[in-house]
Amino acid sequence: MSGTKLYKNIVNIGGVLIVGLLLAIFITLFLNSYPSIREYKFNFFTSKIWDPVFEKFGALPFIIGTLLTSFISLVISIPFSLSVSLFVSEYYENAFFSRIFETLIDLLAGIPSVIYGLWGFFYVTPIVRNIQIKFLLPPTGVSILTASLVLSIMIIPYASSIAKEVIKLVPNDLKEAGYSLGASQYEVIRKVIFPYAKSGIFAGILLSLGRALGETMAVTMVIGNSIQLPKNIFQPGNTIASIIANEFTEAVGELHLSSLIELGLILFLITLIINLIANLIIKKYTFFEI
Amino acid sequence: MKILKDRLFKFMVIFLALLTLFPLFSIIFMIFKNGISVINLEFFTSLPKPPGETGGGVLNAIIGTLLLIFFASLIAIPFGLLTGIFLYEYRDKKIGEILTTFVDITQGIPSIVIGIISYLWIVKKMGHFSLISGSFALSLIFLPIIAKSTKETLKMIPSYIIEASLALGISYSRTILKVVLPSSIGGILSGILLGISRISGETAPLLFTAFGNPFLNLNILKPVSSLPHLIFIYTLSPYDNWRKHAWGCALILIIIVSFISFLNKLFLKKWKIKF
Amino acid sequence: MIKKILFIIGFLLTMTKLYAQTELVGAGASFPYPLYSKMFDEYYKIYNVKINYQSIGSGGGIRQLKAKTVDFGASDAILTDEQLKEFDGEILHIPICLGAVVITYNLDVKQQIQFTPDLIADIFLGKITKWNDERIKKVNLKLTLPDLPITVVRRADGSGTTFVFTDYLCKVSSEWKERVGKGTSVNWPVGIAGKGNEGVTGLVKQTKGAIGYVEFTYALQNKLPYGVIKNKSGYFINPTIESISEAGNIKLPEDMRVSITDTESKNGYPISAFTYILVYSNLSKTNDKMTYEKAKILAELLWWMTHEGQKYAKPLHYAPLSKEAQKNVEKLLKKLNFDGKILLTK
Repeated sequence: MSGTKLYKNIVNIGGVLIVGLLLAIFITLFLNSYPSIREYKFNFFTSKIWDPVFEKFGALPFIIGTLLTSFISLVISIPFSLSVSLFVSEYYENAFFSRIFETLIDLLAGIPSVIYGLWGFFYVTPIVRNIQIKFLLPPTGVSILTASLVLSIMIIPYASSIAKEVIKLVPNDLKEAGYSLGASQYEVIRKVIFPYAKSGIFAGILLSLGRALGETMAVTMVIGNSIQLPKNIFQPGNTIASIIANEFTEAVGELHLSSLIELGLILFLITLIINLIANLIIKKYTFFEI
Repeated sequence: MKILKDRLFKFMVIFLALLTLFPLFSIIFMIFKNGISVINLEFFTSLPKPPGETGGGVLNAIIGTLLLIFFASLIAIPFGLLTGIFLYEYRDKKIGEILTTFVDITQGIPSIVIGIISYLWIVKKMGHFSLISGSFALSLIFLPIIAKSTKETLKMIPSYIIEASLALGISYSRTILKVVLPSSIGGILSGILLGISRISGETAPLLFTAFGNPFLNLNILKPVSSLPHLIFIYTLSPYDNWRKHAWGCALILIIIVSFISFLNKLFLKKWKIKF
Repeated sequence: MIKKILFIIGFLLTMTKLYAQTELVGAGASFPYPLYSKMFDEYYKIYNVKINYQSIGSGGGIRQLKAKTVDFGASDAILTDEQLKEFDGEILHIPICLGAVVITYNLDVKQQIQFTPDLIADIFLGKITKWNDERIKKVNLKLTLPDLPITVVRRADGSGTTFVFTDYLCKVSSEWKERVGKGTSVNWPVGIAGKGNEGVTGLVKQTKGAIGYVEFTYALQNKLPYGVIKNKSGYFINPTIESISEAGNIKLPEDMRVSITDTESKNGYPISAFTYILVYSNLSKTNDKMTYEKAKILAELLWWMTHEGQKYAKPLHYAPLSKEAQKNVEKLLKKLNFDGKILLTK
């Protein structure tokens, strides 16, 4: 029996490991942000000045940048995610080309972020630049909008993969009932499938959001890297992730470094909460785990 | 009217769904178009040249990427398996649910934060940048992926196999290790391949750990270059030669990722377990 | 199976030991990166010493040197006395060459644009927003300037090029000095940012109506136009190797920590600067991995860079050190020691 006891003990290490890891990450981030937490307290969230020379650090421009890019990309991607999931799970559920289609969408998710940045820099930036020229705006090409566009493509597969599973789970007899009452496919989708699957779809959207919030490379390459508060989406900006990527190796002052780590802590907590909510919804309202 | 709405909606759904493929094809097309002209024997076998000069290659980055993945696997696979088995053992208990959530949270940590953590834990303690710190960062991303897929695979094993083994007098630990795990190898390998495909393209965590190196480096204690890192630096540079190389690196990376994905589908087919 | 894995691990770890070839790690300024890259490439060919230099910006060079994660830092920014106190030992500023910051732009004009100091300051302050502004026209009567908005491009990372440029702006504009100040990273009033000189050049090249500041070599290598600037003596000076060297033709202090922007020199280009390699004078303080042998190699490298290596400067459009500067450098290099033992006894 000692064999099994040994086994159990070793396996338990696996559990301790993951708990310890998460705790250690949080504590490390917190301890290293402490100098700037103590210095700026709540002003960190409301101040828009990021000044390494005069050592005044405020996170507002990056929080705004993160929120703008994440929500805009989410809004753009949702119609596409839903369309993809409806395509493979409802309209063409049994067609052979749906499997191919799903594989292609998986490919979209598998493309590394830095390659999205490469493509975005050479392909999307000139397009945005032309739009800016038409609107008589400074033709920077790189901007909040550019980053949002690239992001939106990247996060489509996340919502669509969850959505397509929950849509498949909608019981056939409910749908049949709808059809037998004379509903069109569109009405069945709107009035039967969506209400039934809505929490799953919502969870999928949250996952897309979580991904958008933390995305670094593609955003850094096309967002323009400005530390000023952006006044419109055609202006350059920064997200929390991109400012850390830009300045981390070079922060000369202790407060500068600590402020960057505090930003990392904020990002960690935001993505943690979003992913947690998404997870709970999926567990509660559906019968499978992702 | 109703039929019109129905048709219109269907058309829109199909249109948007197919439109989603457009960026995919655009990216792949551009990578092939710009990358193919750069790929030659020199590209694979020589080191980068100083800016402004023509020629040179990315051997250091290719080897770097392979080494980073190798050592990340060495760290992540044992611990990932361990955590995955834990999640499986306690899957019906509250602690199992909670820890599964913890693993999901770890999977969702932005890679730039992983980079910060690796810098503070490894680079600062060691006193310099290194391959091993880069691999450590990648392993933090890799581990949750292995843990989740291990758990899911183990769950798929029917209970009668375990019961039969126990009925034959084999101890529980032996059953898991010698019966259940080996039959799950397909799914576990699939999870590993998935993780490798994911970390091969990661750049952010390497910015403050592996650091980069214009020379070939096999030493785990020294800085190392990698394909995603070069893509990042070269894209933003003004040198035409470097920019062309960025596309070449992207091509190699895409081929690696697609190849692993293809291998993965092969495994899934073979073991008939769907995730 | 496990045996095989252990064997491979063991093999790779021994490779680690075998690979004890000397390798120096440096980081910092992107300003001189083309020159250092060439120099280190040549040095490797001659002396078989590998130097891994990453161009992460002067701020990064200073930071990593302080954190002891590199063997030497490179910076265009001069450390202040307060900053020097934060290091675990005396830091030497070893100038390698002179470079210049030029104002580059993306416009279809037939001749070089002429700038006065206040024009530059006000453009980068965001006060002048169009290319056909009266004040720009006044100084450029021979040019037809388009009705394009000015897109300011600056550095995203901690940069010595930024330091040199803002150092100049502080000297020529009191508003800049008060509002923004100088440093490797400042709170820019306007502009989009690129990473490294490379990033800025890339953005300017892609954006019509853009204006940016980059190191001279980058503008030349990418065939970007650059402006002529009025210096302190009232002459409009074109950046050339001669005018950059001229800017350094002033009395030089022993520790070589001198700002030569807005130079007194009559024909000197006003935004010139020395670029430095920063090292601990007592090299044993550099980091745990520094040994006497390695320190000697580093010292010899620095001697080579400031003597034989100077021949690579001119072809890459960097101004080599003058004879007086070289004399000062030799005195500094002879201070390099390893716990007291002087490293260069030539």
